[in-house]
This record gives sequence, structure tokens and C-alpha cells, in this order.
Amino acid sequence: MDLTLRVWRQHGPNQPGAFEEYAAPDIRSHVSFLEMLDIVNDRLSLEDREPIAFEHDCREGICGMCGVMINGQPHGPQQGTATCQLHMRKFRDGDVITIEPWRATGFPVLRDLVVDRSALDRIIEAGGYITVDTGSAPDANLVPVPQEAAEASMDAAACIGCGACVAACPNSAAQLFTAAKLAHLNLLPQGQPERFMRTEAMVDTMESFFGSCTNHAECEEACPKQISIDFIALLNRDYIKAKWRNGRLAGQR
Amino acid sequence: MQLDAKIPEGPLAEKWDAHRFSIPLVAPSNRRKFEVIVVGTGLAGAGAAATMGELGYRVKTFTYHDSNRRAHSIAAQGGINASKNYRNDGDSDYRLFYDTIKGGDYRSREANTYRLAQVSGEIIDQATAQGVPFGREYGGLLGNRSFGGAQVSRTFYARGQTGQQLLLGAYQALARQIKAGSVKAYNRCEMLDIVVDDGRAVGVVVRDMLTGEISSHSAHAVVLATGGYSNAYFLSTNAKASNATAIWRAHRKGALFANPCFTQIHPTCIPQADEFQSKLTLMSESLRNDGRIWIPSEIGETRPAGDIPDDQRDYYLERRYPAFGNLVPRDVASRAAKKEVDADKGVGPMRNGVYLDFADAIGRLGRDTIEARYGNLFEMYERITDEDPYEVPMRIYPAPHYTMGGLWVDYDLMTTIPGLYSIGEANFSDHGANRLGASALMQGLADGYFILPNTIAAYLSQYLGTDPISTSELAFTRVEADVAGRTERLLGVNGSRTVDWFHRELGKIVWEHCGMARSAEGLTKALAEIPALKEEFFADVRIVGDGDSLNQTLEKAGRVADYFDLAELMCRDALHREESSGGHFRVEHVTEDGEAKRNDEDFRFVSAWGFEGDGSEPSLTKENLEFENVELKTRSYK
Repeated sequence: MDLTLRVWRQHGPNQPGAFEEYAAPDIRSHVSFLEMLDIVNDRLSLEDREPIAFEHDCREGICGMCGVMINGQPHGPQQGTATCQLHMRKFRDGDVITIEPWRATGFPVLRDLVVDRSALDRIIEAGGYITVDTGSAPDANLVPVPQEAAEASMDAAACIGCGACVAACPNSAAQLFTAAKLAHLNLLPQGQPERFMRTEAMVDTMESFFGSCTNHAECEEACPKQISIDFIALLNRDYIKAKWRNGRLAGQR
Repeated sequence: MQLDAKIPEGPLAEKWDAHRFSIPLVAPSNRRKFEVIVVGTGLAGAGAAATMGELGYRVKTFTYHDSNRRAHSIAAQGGINASKNYRNDGDSDYRLFYDTIKGGDYRSREANTYRLAQVSGEIIDQATAQGVPFGREYGGLLGNRSFGGAQVSRTFYARGQTGQQLLLGAYQALARQIKAGSVKAYNRCEMLDIVVDDGRAVGVVVRDMLTGEISSHSAHAVVLATGGYSNAYFLSTNAKASNATAIWRAHRKGALFANPCFTQIHPTCIPQADEFQSKLTLMSESLRNDGRIWIPSEIGETRPAGDIPDDQRDYYLERRYPAFGNLVPRDVASRAAKKEVDADKGVGPMRNGVYLDFADAIGRLGRDTIEARYGNLFEMYERITDEDPYEVPMRIYPAPHYTMGGLWVDYDLMTTIPGLYSIGEANFSDHGANRLGASALMQGLADGYFILPNTIAAYLSQYLGTDPISTSELAFTRVEADVAGRTERLLGVNGSRTVDWFHRELGKIVWEHCGMARSAEGLTKALAEIPALKEEFFADVRIVGDGDSLNQTLEKAGRVADYFDLAELMCRDALHREESSGGHFRVEHVTEDGEAKRNDEDFRFVSAWGFEGDGSEPSLTKENLEFENVELKTRSYK
């Protein structure tokens, strides 16, 4: 198929950017979206034009590196699919495809389609872990975890940290990302001792980088792992509890 | 050179305990006086960095990723082995050790492999405490699945995302140390060389991928946890950025490279669909638990799979290997598939696959059960192929997946350069000539969490009271200049072919001659073709852009440049090893019924290759493998 790409080009973080148009003729429908970009980049190189910078790595939808806005949708038109798993059969001959980086104040553009998502790491560093030094763990079967709890925790833990939720949100909020990590840990017995400390610290850190949630639910639509916004309700509940709770008495309730 | 693996004396089961008691320690109050560099933040690297941070060492981590959560460990699907024997089916440390040694075709060290089995249970404890949401039974206790090469169920799993969950556990532990200040993380920073001074590893030279700035970092010890080199084949299941530059640069500085020809071709990947394909996608081996592998009996069969009656199908693994059936080890399953496709019985549009069929399992267990077990894998398959595996059988074919070879390390995981350690897939230590499924995660975390943080103290303790040398010393500035020179050379070529073109061509050569079947003739040919292609690369590669900002083509070019030399060494090693063992199959060395024929008499050793300068033949040092606890047998899965 023959396509036209409108791609955001921006040389550096504090430089102006603009859309540039590229013809992408003769693209076969079973190649992936990123392979299509590979082909376009190889052609650009041979014409002595700088290839389009975009991030990717595993190309299996699990590492979370890739992610661009495709016609205004994070990761493109296919639900539950990261950009790397999107195939060109989802497009039609003659389509004009607009490709942009994630747009969010919390994700400054570094170059072309590459953004800085390190704010997500700061949220995890604030408390997205269980404190257990290597070697100090009890036998794994000492604490039974109801299967339903383990499954719900896994549903949340499936987050790949790509940032599509932030890019989809009109407020550029990172609630779904933060809620997914909180739910992953807060739903497990192992996560209880630090539950409320963790919630408060992670939410406060999130607020320092990102906007606030006003329940648009665009994030759930965009999430390549289809993580539910129900987890945001859990985040809100735990955050209110955390604000009311006296930490010293936590074990008493 | 004499190789001393430093295997502790004493009975197998007591070696690790005895060794931990015998090695010098660094007292808690002294640990903060030591700096350690960890390159790579996958399971092994993140695990080691977090653990050493907890212990009180000052750690620096380096990764070319934007975040420590991205390493390719994340893509491991099926599970992680541990000898917990929760299923009461006869498992033990000894059995896991035995299965690993046998699965590796008796080309790994007994002591290392036994230690791996010994710490395997602790890994599950640690990961569970970190909040890894392993699959569980209704009673709330941990579930297990079975995996290729074993007759017990010892594999722990988190749906089809076990690697992701274990890596997130390690990443979160590392995040805690970063917050605590014991670990300093350098992201988007690619290690381009190591610095050796007075025979010891004293630091690294890195390139900031956003600014192009080349800088040095010094430390008391350097740990390489940079993964394997399957991308030498171009098309592999590895992530696109996975590369061998760190270990290759270490090799050039004196670290011996062990068993480079021991590479694993994974049997269950989605067949290549197109010449432009950029990588191959793995379908977890766990699918072989419920899927049956077959091909049509007739050459030239054109009917859709569902229309072919059972008696006109060849379930060739079940037929040839009745005891293990579809669960034979990876190397055996891969070769069997190649045999059928080479006989022109392949299926699919390019006739390059075999069927992996779930119809029986769905009939027996119901679609819901299969969906619960493999739902995400089936979805992934459908997204890529546009075929619904609940309705039509999957098509699979082997693809390069893992490299058992790597930097030679002793029992302490130290390379032949004092102060330089290598852990995880980057070293050669535990899997011999073939790795069993669900053992890579185990080894990465064993090395990172439990082994290296203990053994590194033996080296560090000698240097109490000394500071790392200054990065303004000649040892560093010389390497910096060398690194800058390499970058300039690549940018200066301005030729007519893309980096990917060269990488693809290299991959074709290596896959053809050093893939699933190898011959003296083919390897000799490859040894002529690879240097010629390398020469062409340095004369005709085209890299647009500059070295002072983000330049992904330049990054790729540097990695491909190092793959030429590594690929050559792979072929040289494969040519030298006149036997078939594990993933290394020499067509000249087969039994009467076409199975691999090992030669224990002449090749019961680790090949450790030394770099002797560009254009010179590498030197070979042998580490003989002693087997005191297991009897060497011909592997039989029949």
C-alpha cells in the first residue's frame, strides 16, 4: 500500500518542532508499524536525510519502550496493542498517518518521537516497592495469597510503563500508571505494612510531575495492557485513608 | 594461560557453604568505602546492584535504556525453575542440578550448576516477598507448571509474563536503593569500553546517548550484566538493542570468551513472514505442555490444517521421543523441526513452519482453561499473524534465542581480568551446551541476588583503604580517545548502505553456517565471508547525523561493528569443536539414527578464547570439565 506520513520532527528538547510529510510507498500490509518506520528510515538515510528518532526495543509489547501518537491515538487504532504490535493491515492504501510523540508536560520531547519518561521512575522510587532486603524473605508458601487477590494484583502489575495513559489524558495525569503499581502491591498481603505510606508518597510525587485525574477514562482506552480504571478508585480510597490514618496505629486496624 | 576455576574442595553439596565461610568479608562499616560499577540492569544487573546497595556498597549502574525497567529479561514468558518440591513429585536440589547438567549435554561445571540449584528456592522466596504475583492454587499457595527437559513440575510462573514480573521486582528493589542514595543510576548511557590498569579492571568509558558526551567512571570493581549475543543472527527473539559490545570490549581487553558457539535456537517462535522482518517473536515453551506439534505426512500437502485427518498427520516429536514427547529439550525440538521443514514438509505461506495444535487440549480441558493458561500468548500470536490459534493451529519455527556462551568466569563469577565480573547471560557459567527452559531467569537472579554480592567481597577486601584511580589518569583518557576515534571513524565513512543492511547480511551468514546445523565446509566459508563483509562495512556504511546528539543509527553501527568479530569467533569455535553437543550440532558428528553425537574423550572442556590483536588468530585455552558426581551418558529423551 502507499501511505503518506506526517511526522513530528524536533531536533532537541528546547527547540521548535514541526510536522514533515513523507511518502511511504509500497508498504506491505503484514509488516508492523515500526517495521514500516524502519523502511522509511532506511530510505531517508539513503537520501542523506536524518532518520526519524523513535523508541522501541523488544517489539513484543512488553518492554514499554515504544509508543507514539498515531492519528491522535496513543499506540494507534487497535485496542490493547502497543505500537510495536500494531500491523499495517489496520491501515488502508492511501491513508495519511499523523505520527507524534507523547504530548504531556511531564514527558518533555527529547527528539522527534522520543520523550523523557523518567518521571515515572521517580514515582516508583517514592514507594513503588516492598522493603525486603535480599536474603531476608520467609518461605514463599508461608503466606497464602487468595488466588483472586493474586490475579487482581497481576492484572495491575501487567503495566509496561509506556506512558500511553498520560499521553491520552486531557490533563496529562499519571493516575492509571500510579494506581496500577499501587494496586499491584496494595492488594497483596506482602504489601500491607507499607500500604498507606506507599500510597501517600507515590501520589504526592505523581502530583509534582503530572496533572490531576478528572475521570475521563481515556487512559483505560489507550492502555496497551487494558488496565482498568477501577484501580484508580482503589488509589483514591487508599489515599484518603492514608491521609486520615495515624501511622503509629496502622497495625491496630 | 592457565585457567583456575577456583572450584572449592569438598563434597558437591557443601562447596558453596564452605566457600562462603572461607572467603574474606567486608565489614558493614567498610562497605561504603567501596565503589562498584554494574553495567546492565536486567535481572542479573538490577538484582546485583540492588543487593550490593542494601549491603552498603556504593554502586553505579549504567544502561542504554531510558529506565531500569526495560531490559530484555522482561520478555521472558514461561517461568522460573526452583527445586522447592512443592508438588511432592520427587524434586530436589540434586535433581535440578542433574537435569541442568544433562540438559546442558555435560558441558557445564558441576559445582556452579549445583550452586544454582541450591539457591533456586531462595529466589522464589525473595521474589514472592517483593510482591511478584506468581500464579497460585485456590488454597493460596504457589502453583507450578512443567517445562521441557524435566519430568517434575518445578516451574513458577506469573501468567505468560514471568520475566516481566521478576524484572519489575528487581527494578523496584533497585529503585528503593536509588532513592536511598546507595545506587546512582546512569540511564541512556551506553558502556563502550572498559578500562584496565595494571592488569585490573578499574572503570568504564560510557557515551551519553542524548548529548554524545564520552566520559569515564572509575570503581574498585566492574560487573558486566549485559546479556547475550543472539542478535549476531540479526533475526532473533532478542530485543533490538540487545548487543555484545560490553562483553566484546572486555574480551579485547583480556577477558577470555568461553564457548561462543553454544547458542540456543528456541523451537517455538513465529516463523519469518517477510524479508523486511525486524525480529522474531517467541511463543513461550510452556505452550508445549498442551500443544501438540505436527506436520502433514505428505510432502506438498495443501489442505488447511483442520481438514487433514489424524492419520495423515505426523506428530513427529511424540513418534520419535515417546518418553518426553512434545516436551523434549529445546535443542532436540529445534533440530526435529528443521529436519521436517528441510524435507519440504513445512506449513504456512512460506512453508517454513510446523503446527503447534491446541485442538486436543481445548477438547479435553475447555477453551476457558486454555485461555486462562495462555490467553496473552494467543492474543500476541493473533496480532502478529492475523490467525486465531483457538481455531487454527499455530505455526512455529525455531529462532535464535539465548547464548550459553559468554565471558569465561571462575566460581566467583570473575572473568580473567581481575576485578571484572560477569553475571547472567553475559557469562558462560551454568548451562553448558544447551539451556533448559525457565532456567535463564533462575540463573540471572541467582548470580545477581545471591552469588555475586557474596563472592565480590573476596576481591574487594584486598583493596580496603585504597581509592579508585582518578579518571584523569592516562589509563582512562587513552580509552576515551579510542572510543571517540571509533565513533568518528563510523561517522566518517559516509558510504552507500545502511547499518541494517550489513547486520542483515551478517545474520544470514551466521544463521546459514553457525545456526542449527554446522559443517566444517560451511564454517570455513563463513570465516571467509564475515571479515570481507566487515571490511565492506567500514568502507561503505552510511550513518546520517552527528555524534553530539541522539543518533540511533550511530548506536546501532557501533554494535554491529563488534558483531562481525564476535560472529567470526563463534564460527571459529564451532569449527574447532569436532562433536555435536547441545545446541552445537555438527553434521559430521551424528549417530546412526541422526542424533547428536558427543565426543567426551576429546571435547569434555570449556573452550576459552583469548584476543590476540586485530587480524591475529585468537588463542585457545581449555578448561577441562571434571565430573565427580554424575555419570556422562548419551542424552536420551526417547
